[in-house]
Amino acid sequence: MNYFTTNSSLPWLILLLPLTSAAVITLFTRRSKSWSAAISVVAVLGSFICSCLVFVRLDISAPEFTWLDIRGTLQVPIGFVLDDLSRLMLLIVSGVGSIIHIYSLGYMRDDAGESRYFAALSLFMLAMLGIVLANNFVMLFIFWELVGFTSYVLIGHWFDRDAAAEAGKKAFITTRIGDFGFMIGILMIWIASGSLVFDDIIAHLSKITSNPAYLTVAVLLIFCGAVGKSAQFPLHVWLPDAMEGPTPVSALIHAATMVAAGVYLLVRVAFLIQASQTALLVIAWIGTITALLGGLIATQQSDIKKILAYSTMSQLGYMIMAVGLTSNEAAMFHLFTHAFFKALLFLAAGSIIVSLHHEQNIWRMGGLSRNLKLTFATFFVGALALIGCPPFSGFFSKDAILALAYQNNSAIFAVGLTTAFLTAFYVSRAIVVVFFGKPRTDLARAGKESPAVMTAPLIILAVFSFIAGFPVFARNFLVVPREKEVAVIVPALAMAALIVGSGAAIWLYRKRDRDPLSIGVIRNRLYFDEFYEWLIDSTQELLARVAAFFDRWVIDGGAVRGLSGATFGFGSLLRLFQVGNLQAYAFLFGLGIVAIIYFTIFH
Amino acid sequence: MAYLITLLILIPVVGAIALYVGRPGSPRGVALVFNGLSLFYSLMAWQKFDATAPGLQLLERHTWIPSIGAEYIVGIDGLSLLLVLLTSLIFPFAFSAQKLERGACALLLVMQAALYGTFTAQNFVLWFLFYEMSLVPAFLLIKIYGGENRDYAAVKFFLYTFLGSVAMLLAFLGIYFAKGTFDFVKLAELGKSGLVGGNARWFVFGAIFLGLAVKVPVFPFHTWLPDAYQTAPTGVSMVLTGALSKMGVYGFIRLLVPLFPNEIKIAGPWILTLVVCSIVWAPFAAWAQRDLKRMVAYLSINHLGYCLLGLFAITAGPTPASIDRHAALSGVFLQIFNHGITAAALFYFVGLLEQRRGSRGINDFGGLMQCTPLLCGWMSVAMFSSLGLPGLNGFIGEFLIFKGSFAVAAGFTAIAVVGLLFTAITFMRAMQSLFSGPISESCAGFPDLLLGEKFVVVPVTLLMFAIGLNPQFIFNTFNATVAHMARLFS
Repeated sequence: MNYFTTNSSLPWLILLLPLTSAAVITLFTRRSKSWSAAISVVAVLGSFICSCLVFVRLDISAPEFTWLDIRGTLQVPIGFVLDDLSRLMLLIVSGVGSIIHIYSLGYMRDDAGESRYFAALSLFMLAMLGIVLANNFVMLFIFWELVGFTSYVLIGHWFDRDAAAEAGKKAFITTRIGDFGFMIGILMIWIASGSLVFDDIIAHLSKITSNPAYLTVAVLLIFCGAVGKSAQFPLHVWLPDAMEGPTPVSALIHAATMVAAGVYLLVRVAFLIQASQTALLVIAWIGTITALLGGLIATQQSDIKKILAYSTMSQLGYMIMAVGLTSNEAAMFHLFTHAFFKALLFLAAGSIIVSLHHEQNIWRMGGLSRNLKLTFATFFVGALALIGCPPFSGFFSKDAILALAYQNNSAIFAVGLTTAFLTAFYVSRAIVVVFFGKPRTDLARAGKESPAVMTAPLIILAVFSFIAGFPVFARNFLVVPREKEVAVIVPALAMAALIVGSGAAIWLYRKRDRDPLSIGVIRNRLYFDEFYEWLIDSTQELLARVAAFFDRWVIDGGAVRGLSGATFGFGSLLRLFQVGNLQAYAFLFGLGIVAIIYFTIFH
Repeated sequence: MAYLITLLILIPVVGAIALYVGRPGSPRGVALVFNGLSLFYSLMAWQKFDATAPGLQLLERHTWIPSIGAEYIVGIDGLSLLLVLLTSLIFPFAFSAQKLERGACALLLVMQAALYGTFTAQNFVLWFLFYEMSLVPAFLLIKIYGGENRDYAAVKFFLYTFLGSVAMLLAFLGIYFAKGTFDFVKLAELGKSGLVGGNARWFVFGAIFLGLAVKVPVFPFHTWLPDAYQTAPTGVSMVLTGALSKMGVYGFIRLLVPLFPNEIKIAGPWILTLVVCSIVWAPFAAWAQRDLKRMVAYLSINHLGYCLLGLFAITAGPTPASIDRHAALSGVFLQIFNHGITAAALFYFVGLLEQRRGSRGINDFGGLMQCTPLLCGWMSVAMFSSLGLPGLNGFIGEFLIFKGSFAVAAGFTAIAVVGLLFTAITFMRAMQSLFSGPISESCAGFPDLLLGEKFVVVPVTLLMFAIGLNPQFIFNTFNATVAHMARLFS
């Protein structure tokens, strides 16, 4: 193979490896769990290595194909975009993906559906990497939907449990609601600009921007897709339920990939978003509301994974907020650091859950820092990064977003700061309740540290959670947003929020056996689910019944029967055909044919 | 092979006669042999077909009844070819679904011949003859071989479609008296300047519309469909939805739109309203159904609605840009084919479940993934294809239809997209209650896919993937026809 082809086949290899893995596992190694696991891990490591090469080498390009060609009027290509953004994202997705694959080897060891699990994991990697590489809207949308499908399979992995099946369905449908908006948005952009390829749209941007109202609607519709995938208000309800899936899946979906896809999409089409001030404002506020809601609800959850899920929602809110405040750098920076520390937190939580035989309630834990030293240490690092304690990675990226808000919109800044306080509060609460005090149950007393295949990924992620934020390190991967001089006050305020939040949590939760705070509204997630259920019941169910009723009684019973009953001719025709005699029908049929032959020959 | 198409029409007839006269031990086997022959000759027609040329090919023309202007003209363009191929695929698929009696096999073969005729005839008298010829076996199949409630369903089916046909026949007689020809191509040329003058044109237009709308069906002429599909034996339901329902859509494309371009421009918004009603109405009605077959039947209405949405969006309003006409028409053609394959597959799978359980209520099953993982897996593929997941065949057709129609009928299209969402919700609920959760006692002993069933399921699923991943080979068969029609419709 010569130099050129090696070069141009690298991006293809990134996609083909997980695809092959998924296909091989599904077709051949369903019965052999260890083979399936091995194939999947090798494939993702291969993708990771290729991603590294693509990241390091700037001269790599990939040939483009025409996927669909309708007579010269309409073409849909398959092509790759290899800019700084996608190369960074490839690295994050395949890197964190690799770590989670390895961790899964330990976590899913005794699972009967391990082959299915790894096949779905590979397919998920393919879909996610496809989104990153897509250079046009249709290709991106195809992989986007594939992510929805694979997340459905992965969340519903334990399909024999009703809750898991329900959660998978909920994730698929909720994200798909956003996707329909996304699809119409794509069509609007396609119609206005005459192209699907991002570069062409940029070149013909003036065609779209000439009609600001049209552009705003189109951008907001595209944003709907991101709202669904990135679990933003009001489509956030699927994310906490998605915790029914295996913990590595939660880490994968909620750290580096699926939820980040929404942010990635927005950054990818930032050139469109930034042309509409209205859209920017809506996006910034949706992000802000989501950040606050997530932080608020997380303070009253007692399931460790749900706490992390709401925390993810909140952190994604920050990223969306940054996009809305026109700083792609800040959004990507937080996505970058968050990928590490949130994956770390989920995997560490998984380590706790496994050692406690799938106990997830923090009030049945306690004092775990003694038995699970390594898990505790790594979880602690992740927690410090999450609350933005200097010099951990989260401090730098969150500070960048807060500084941005401070400069642009003080209302958003105030909410952002409140969220930082809430973050410190719920994280400290979790740590105090889970790791300190006395063990509350025998399970917690007997908990043992997880095997090395699970703790090694924790250590790697902990290292990155620590260093990823340092500009010296991060600069190699992305553009670190420059600190502005006006923003000196921001870190000070953030530190204050951190100290007050953590202090309050430690003071409140030290040596407690049950939650001293009990706020029903927050505990019940502000009744979003109940509200949606009511909405569905009162609209969809009702409409369905009306439709069925109308069909049966109005059209059929009233119109059709009334008509046929009223007309004598109809009635006799009806009787004629209810003779129920095969000979009679055959005779009639034959008669018709004879008549035709007669006409044919004798006329 | 000068008589390729005539041969194609005759093979199933010969098969039916052979079944009737020969009384073979395995009627299904004989029927499948004849299906094999039909498939072979359809593939041959595909091979002989020059995909780059617009217009009719493999044309056969003979005088027939000159006194009434009836000629025997059969020929194919890209659309006809597509439907001939679809018919050739659906019938063996349907025959494999279950054992059928000799009479049923013979009737199905007659129906197959009628379908080939309908999709290739280029003269109204001939076309109408075949069109009606398909009706009788369908009626008899429901009436004699149907399940519960078959008398009611069969008569309803017959009355609806028969009245539609009568209306259409009268309309064409009117056209014949005005213009003196039954030839499709000539009529299409005359259509631009109006076929019938004065207000009479609305009667003619309305009658033809009614006849075709019943066949597809379009809301509110659809209520025969759930009853008919539910009652018919699995194989017959597959044919009804996979092939027979396409006659209506085909009629719209071949007859109504070319013959009445001016009338459609005026009536367009009303037609689109009905079409969008079908698209949104059907999934809601499907959601309320407890019988799996009825559910799939209703969703079938929804999917065919997309075909009509694309077709009427580009012809009803102001003439859209060429790219949108091409997109919508290509989408419509592909959707016709896809719906045939996918809906037939869904009925097939419901049939498999019914064979195992003895009933087909959505609540009669539970936890099937644990005892029949393969059956669930392959059935899920069909369902995801039907709800339009990219990577499978359903997505591209629908996406192109939306692309084409959104440019000219944004409001209608946006509402139609909602229908897509409710289809998805309905399927997801079905999957959940059939496949997931703890295993239900009544399902514990189910066998997974048997070898014979795998031989049927695997090729069909591969076809879904093939179209989904690389749709170009299908587009190539009708690209020229699409371009030709797009010019015609402008």
